[in-house]
Amino acid sequence: MSLISVENLSLDIYGTPILRDVSFDIAQGKVFGLVGESGSGKSMTSLALMKLLPDGARRSGRAVIDGRDLFALDEAAMCAIRGNQIGMIFQEPMTALNPVQTIGDQVAETLVVHGVAKRAEALAIAREKLDRVGLDGARFPLDRYPHELSGGQRQRVCIAMAVALRPRLLIADEPTTALDVTTQAQILDLLRGLVEEEGMSLLMITHDLAVVSGLADHVAVMQEGRIVEQGPTEELFRTRAHDYTQRLFAASAHRPAREPTVTDEILLTVEDARRSYALPRRSLFGTAPKLEAVRGVSFTLRKGESLGLVGESGCGKSTLTRAILGLEDLQGGSIRLFDREPVKPGMANALRAGLQVVFQDPYGSFNPRWKVSRLVAEPFHLMPHPPADARDRVNDALVEVGLRPDDADKYIHEFSGGQRQRIAIARALINRPDLIVLDEAVSALDVRVRAQILDLLARLQETHGLGYLFISHDLHVVRAITDRVMVMKAGEIVETGETEAVFANPQHPYTRQLIAATPTIPAQWQMQEHA
Amino acid sequence: MLRFALQRLTSLTISLIVASMVIFFVIEVIPGDPAAYMLGMNAQPETVAALRRDLGLDQGLFVRYLAWVGGMVTGDFGTSYTYRVPVSELIMARLGVSLPLTVYALVLSTLIAFPVGLIAAARRGSALDAGIMGGTQLGIALPNFWFAMLLVLFFSITLQWFSAGGFPGWDAGFWINIQALTLPAVALALPQASILARVMRSAVIETLGQDYIRTARAKGLTSRQTVVRHALRNALIPVLTIIGLQFSFLLAGGIIIENVFFLPGLGRLIFQAITQRDLIVVESVVMILVFAVILVTFLVDLTYAAADPRLRRRA
Repeated sequence: MSLISVENLSLDIYGTPILRDVSFDIAQGKVFGLVGESGSGKSMTSLALMKLLPDGARRSGRAVIDGRDLFALDEAAMCAIRGNQIGMIFQEPMTALNPVQTIGDQVAETLVVHGVAKRAEALAIAREKLDRVGLDGARFPLDRYPHELSGGQRQRVCIAMAVALRPRLLIADEPTTALDVTTQAQILDLLRGLVEEEGMSLLMITHDLAVVSGLADHVAVMQEGRIVEQGPTEELFRTRAHDYTQRLFAASAHRPAREPTVTDEILLTVEDARRSYALPRRSLFGTAPKLEAVRGVSFTLRKGESLGLVGESGCGKSTLTRAILGLEDLQGGSIRLFDREPVKPGMANALRAGLQVVFQDPYGSFNPRWKVSRLVAEPFHLMPHPPADARDRVNDALVEVGLRPDDADKYIHEFSGGQRQRIAIARALINRPDLIVLDEAVSALDVRVRAQILDLLARLQETHGLGYLFISHDLHVVRAITDRVMVMKAGEIVETGETEAVFANPQHPYTRQLIAATPTIPAQWQMQEHA
Repeated sequence: MLRFALQRLTSLTISLIVASMVIFFVIEVIPGDPAAYMLGMNAQPETVAALRRDLGLDQGLFVRYLAWVGGMVTGDFGTSYTYRVPVSELIMARLGVSLPLTVYALVLSTLIAFPVGLIAAARRGSALDAGIMGGTQLGIALPNFWFAMLLVLFFSITLQWFSAGGFPGWDAGFWINIQALTLPAVALALPQASILARVMRSAVIETLGQDYIRTARAKGLTSRQTVVRHALRNALIPVLTIIGLQFSFLLAGGIIIENVFFLPGLGRLIFQAITQRDLIVVESVVMILVFAVILVTFLVDLTYAAADPRLRRRA
């Protein structure tokens, strides 16, 4: 029996079409997965159901729950439904909670605003709900503030808040995208458990096909504001009737064709690298405790080699990366280029030119007031004299990453996320470096764009004999692009080896745990792979 | 929280010590003899010598600094050369006008700015918002003495509700003084309220764009409940900063308004002391003002911590 049925939902925002004739039913007590790339209209669909659309939105269609059309209700009636009949959780748990209110008050507020309980009683219920989502009273008393919790713990608070009144429908908009794999697995388990126990329906919005494959009963694929295909999960995964669905699946499983030619020439040597930070003092006169972010890391990277570094947030990846880029000093050990030159802040510019980086965020890593030609040419400042053919080299670099020479005269806002990442790669290539550090370089990209960038990286590595240090939390990507992989945990490399060997036969318990926690599409569903 | 307060208190004390040194030594390094400077060009050498003794200038620099600081701690600021009365008495009398005036103006400014800023933020982009923004622009642009004169013309001369100036003194009763301070307080408050309303508006608008506001809406709060329960307290930090700055500014910055309304305030005292080269008064008033600014900063820091739990670390 269907709990909510959405009929011909269309949406325009200031005249721009966002959704077109979106129709689907969510059955009582079932999980409905809505997948698609960014901008496909997934989130807008959920906000339309909550009637929390941005200004300038014009909507048509119906969303019927219990015989009532949500879209026909006034704001007061909608307030009574939000949080009560329909709960919602969002992608970014770090900012989803009010920083100046305790978690107890925030969970209790759901009960109080709906007039279900007075504050004292609401707090008692909040306690039960927090226990239910795995935040026990001993470690997580009600008077904790959000900043005292990790991302995963905050997402649990958000879930407790959303399910406090046992809503009939829970909308989860990319609830695990910002979380580490092991945390993601726990949150998905929690959601699965809540659906089973409470008989609640779940609208699960995600870009990750593997996540829906393990959770949803029914899946709809969205593209450019339309649902192009929907059906029971296994059936849809096996048949992939629509062309777009096929492309999406192909891209998410994409592995670039690589023929690495690893030489013996050593590019980067890291020897017993150590770095710790002082934490706030616990008492006025006590010594400050230390956080050992990197604890004796050693490895080498050879020319033409692609080395992966995986680990969860807080494992020390970023600290190590900053040290390798010569942005921060080590407190012990050494980092050397070509096994000779030490890497440190204040190192020679000529040396720096051989070491380039591509960051995660294609939106934040460019000066918006500079033209692409200037952005890409910026590393020339590392040379004593900019080359005479600077402009030609910018054009060549743009062509090499699949853009056009006349793109050099545009500003960065004129490009999509994938194109910006190509520009970042062009900038990294301009000085013909030996080593490129790719710090979560494809993590913010949609699967199809990600596949293209991975292909580009593989091709560039072959033509230039580049060494890659590929840092990522995404095991699928690391498996696709690296020759060797290192697994980092709590500042130490716990396992290292040939990528295929590590993935096929992980030795360290932590590696096993990571691999087990990574959602995967069941192998037998992939049998009918379309070419 | 206690630890936070202690930390702030320590830095307050250090700031005060540094400030007292700077004030003292800056006056010391003024070229020439302070006594000769105070007495002017035509002073008799004997008079200068007498004043030097009075001021203790014949003693060492460090001894004088200690004596000055020690005096201030015990409430002895020395004797004004021009008024021939203890500086502490002068300052207390003037503070009796300036402090109530400042608090009055600040309360008015806050009472105007909060609702106005909130409404403008909640109705962002509407005609009302545009009107409020235009009005505050005008409030900032208009010189407050001109506005003060308009107030006098209308409320004192035409309506005769308030006196046009002067201050009866606190012995004359509470309400009559409040009445005397009302027009000056309004004149002082208006530009401050305009600034504060704009800060309030932008702070609330920024807060309303945060994810946790969306979360609150998804819980079923109405937009009004969301603003009151979630946006307001988060928007308060920048607003508190401005209020703190305004207090310090108003305490001594009301000099023009004090002149328009013939109020014997701190601003006029320091102006007169400077023109009469009464360095002892200047030194002491500046120190008092520095103390007030540092104290207000301390209080603002404490309210930050009260408003935002991230600022008070758990011990």
